[in-house]
Amino acid sequence: MFRNRLVWLALVGLAGPLLAACTPDADVAPAWEVPGATVPVNFPAPVYPVDQNPPTREAFELGRTLFYDPRLSRTGDISCGSCHQQFVAFAHQDHRLSHGVDNRLSTRNAPALQNLRWRRELLWDGGAKHLETMPLAPITNPVEMDETLDGVLAKLNADPTYQRRFEQVFGRKPIDSQQLLKALAQFTAALTSSNSRYDKHARREAGGELSAAELRGLAVLRQKCASCHAGELFTDESYRNNGLDAAFAADSGRAGITGRPQDVGRFKVPSLRNVALTAPYMHDGRFRNLREVLDHYAGGMVESATLDAQLRQSGSQPGIALTEAEKTDLLAFLATLTDEAFVRDPRLAEQ
Amino acid sequence: MSFTLSAAALTACSDDKDATSATPAPGTLDIEVSHVVGSAPLTLNSSTFYTTASGQQFKVSTFNYYLSNFKLKKADGTEYAAPESYFLIRESDPATKAFTLKDVPAGDYTSLTFTLGVDSVRNVSGAQTGALDPSNGMFWTWNSGYIYTKLEGSSPQAGGNQQLVFHIGGFKKPNNTIRTLSPSLNGAVVQVRNGRTPTVHLQADVLKMFTGVTTIDFAKLSNTMGGPSSVLVADNQAAGMLRVDHVHGN
Repeated sequence: MFRNRLVWLALVGLAGPLLAACTPDADVAPAWEVPGATVPVNFPAPVYPVDQNPPTREAFELGRTLFYDPRLSRTGDISCGSCHQQFVAFAHQDHRLSHGVDNRLSTRNAPALQNLRWRRELLWDGGAKHLETMPLAPITNPVEMDETLDGVLAKLNADPTYQRRFEQVFGRKPIDSQQLLKALAQFTAALTSSNSRYDKHARREAGGELSAAELRGLAVLRQKCASCHAGELFTDESYRNNGLDAAFAADSGRAGITGRPQDVGRFKVPSLRNVALTAPYMHDGRFRNLREVLDHYAGGMVESATLDAQLRQSGSQPGIALTEAEKTDLLAFLATLTDEAFVRDPRLAEQ
Repeated sequence: MSFTLSAAALTACSDDKDATSATPAPGTLDIEVSHVVGSAPLTLNSSTFYTTASGQQFKVSTFNYYLSNFKLKKADGTEYAAPESYFLIRESDPATKAFTLKDVPAGDYTSLTFTLGVDSVRNVSGAQTGALDPSNGMFWTWNSGYIYTKLEGSSPQAGGNQQLVFHIGGFKKPNNTIRTLSPSLNGAVVQVRNGRTPTVHLQADVLKMFTGVTTIDFAKLSNTMGGPSSVLVADNQAAGMLRVDHVHGN
């Protein structure tokens, strides 16, 4: 199978230049490839490897259509893309909490969707344990899309265009849940953000020059934030209580999944990539901008039984000691994590 | 490509020769399950109540569970693990109460082992199909993973709306509810041969979910979806819910 793919790619590779040679240079468009099909050189090995659901243009485009299709919700009003907008790195601009069908409100802020190939667990509490089965959570959640899996499949199977496209990709019918979930994963796995100015700096590429303030900010981040926002993905994928509240009656976070008292108030450490775009912040969207976030870390934390040990290391007040100058430098650096190519990639946009 | 093809063709020829001279052809094994409540057959939505060992009354509206990862062992210790052996048994669908393990190596088997539930790997392997399709209603979406046993019904002793909801699942410590069972064959030998299909007849007793290691009191526990309470029920199930009733030689 793999050998056949290589042969096929080699043939395409040969035919490509021959064909291109016959057309004027001005008409030659860059070859269309599925976004995120290549692992960035400065990234670790992905959790969801590329060969598990090998990207093809037809399957990716089918996944994209599904992602932007409001028929995945019970009322036909809410698509995945409703709460995950490309221009803000697939987060939900201005909305503290996710909006579902019939104007229902979730208890949580819609997170940015990016670099999902590298995620072991998804959602703020890690309840979803695989990229392919993850969409079942928002599709069936009563305050999000409030639909059933059978309901979605019935709508898709009643649509001749979907019937044709699914059969083209999977070679069998009717459309079943495995096809739906694998097609959606073709799109969500493609959401790779790896071309920020920081990335070019890390890979020593052109366009990767950082200012003195940005470099100082990077140093502060690596020294004071990287025990949680670790590595090139800027998260260690752990769950932590970062001192937002003294009690967590409304949302116990990770404890809702594990049932363990030590997990009360713990939420997933998010990546900092594209963080300048993804306001508001925290699992409940309580902070409107990054200055408020830094102020919280520097002096706004409250005690609770499960407050993270990393945040108890400086004196009597929990938090991270940050001067005003360090905050300014951090804000400058965080802006270098914005990936304009990602948020403007027309291949990822609603068509 | 042509090299690969001819190599495969040569291999296939020599394989065939070996197969005809040495290894006997594989056979199949049928598994049948029946459901009882103590000494009575299980009837969904029955007109009268069943009674637990501690005297509580209940009715059953849904009874589904997974059996998976079947293994057969010979007296000499050699074991055969049936690949892709995942079966969802539903009381409401008689067709699910009999299934077949195909391509079982011929032999005399003295031990049968299987999982009540779904192994942890398949809980985190992405979109599945067949018995493991999430469309079967045996998959949690908010804390993703399979429901290994789903028993629903009612009891006058249960609090609130008197509903019984026992969704037993979860694969992470300390609330792992996967149980591997090796019920006794009672001395029977399962003889698998080409052209001769033995049948192992299993019996699942619903009452054993509520008694055994821990006696379940519906007044205190009528609703569980994973977690520590589900572990209590899983331990009860492992202690004897499934037994081998008899083996047909055929």
